[in-house]
Amino acid sequence: MKLSKILLAVFLTAAVSFIGCKPKDSTIQKNIADKFAANPECSGATATVSDGVATLTGQVKDDMCKSTAETTAKDVKGVKSVVNDLTVTPPPPPPAAPTVSPDAALNQGVTDATKDFPTVKATVNNGEITLTGTIKRKDLTTLMQSLNSLHPAKINNQLTIK
Amino acid sequence: MSALQDKYKQLIDAAKAAGISNLQVSEQGNVLHISGDAPTGAAKDQLWEIYGKIDPDYRAGDLILDIEVAATAGTKAKVTTDSTALNIRKGPGTDQPIVGKAAHGEIVTLQNKTNEQWWLIKTDGGVEGYAYAQYLSPQ
Repeated sequence: MKLSKILLAVFLTAAVSFIGCKPKDSTIQKNIADKFAANPECSGATATVSDGVATLTGQVKDDMCKSTAETTAKDVKGVKSVVNDLTVTPPPPPPAAPTVSPDAALNQGVTDATKDFPTVKATVNNGEITLTGTIKRKDLTTLMQSLNSLHPAKINNQLTIK
Repeated sequence: MSALQDKYKQLIDAAKAAGISNLQVSEQGNVLHISGDAPTGAAKDQLWEIYGKIDPDYRAGDLILDIEVAATAGTKAKVTTDSTALNIRKGPGTDQPIVGKAAHGEIVTLQNKTNEQWWLIKTDGGVEGYAYAQYLSPQ
């Protein structure tokens, strides 16, 4: 009789403390942080938890990461609700258009670049350099490097390589 | 990623790995333009080697590879002509009079970069003038 009373008391104490065992905010916060850390693809988000409400702040790379972070936080035990204040990194501006030299400058540059290769004929039209004639294979890269540095729009290589 | 950037991906990746500064990759009229400053002549040569593998003999006409070798005033540069001496001219252009020559393999001092094509140099013998940068390799 005495033993069963003790057992009952132990059982009740355990039951009460089990029901009352809500995770602490700091524990929830750590659990969310651990889950975020497990997904480095979507880095940048941090959670602060107060009374079971998780507030997400920081910058992530896209909308997918923003919603994934919210779902992840919601799934953590003890989280009552999630305030998603994450921002998404704006896409980088498109690269500037390449600068193309005017034909007059290209003509001058082409004259200088082909001076040592008299069998090469080069014409310039609308930013495009067109190469005809012949060149030795060992000289091709040297010539192409010179011409590429002139900022043409395009190089049409129709050279016969010997 | 565009088809052109895909085609030259290996080159763009190598440029990033080689520490090319001011690296710019842009497209205009179906031509990919890659430009930047290489830390060494070897880094530039390596990129051109990759370009030559992707597009043998540079026939496709879809890439402008404008890699300059970074060099500042006072840098020593080696004359890397095929075998002949390098002309030193009064001004930046092959129409300018020749004021001297630097021998093949000679080391000269860079005074300043007039542009990507022409550098003002000075030889140890004291001759100063403009030389074609393609034949100068910064040391």
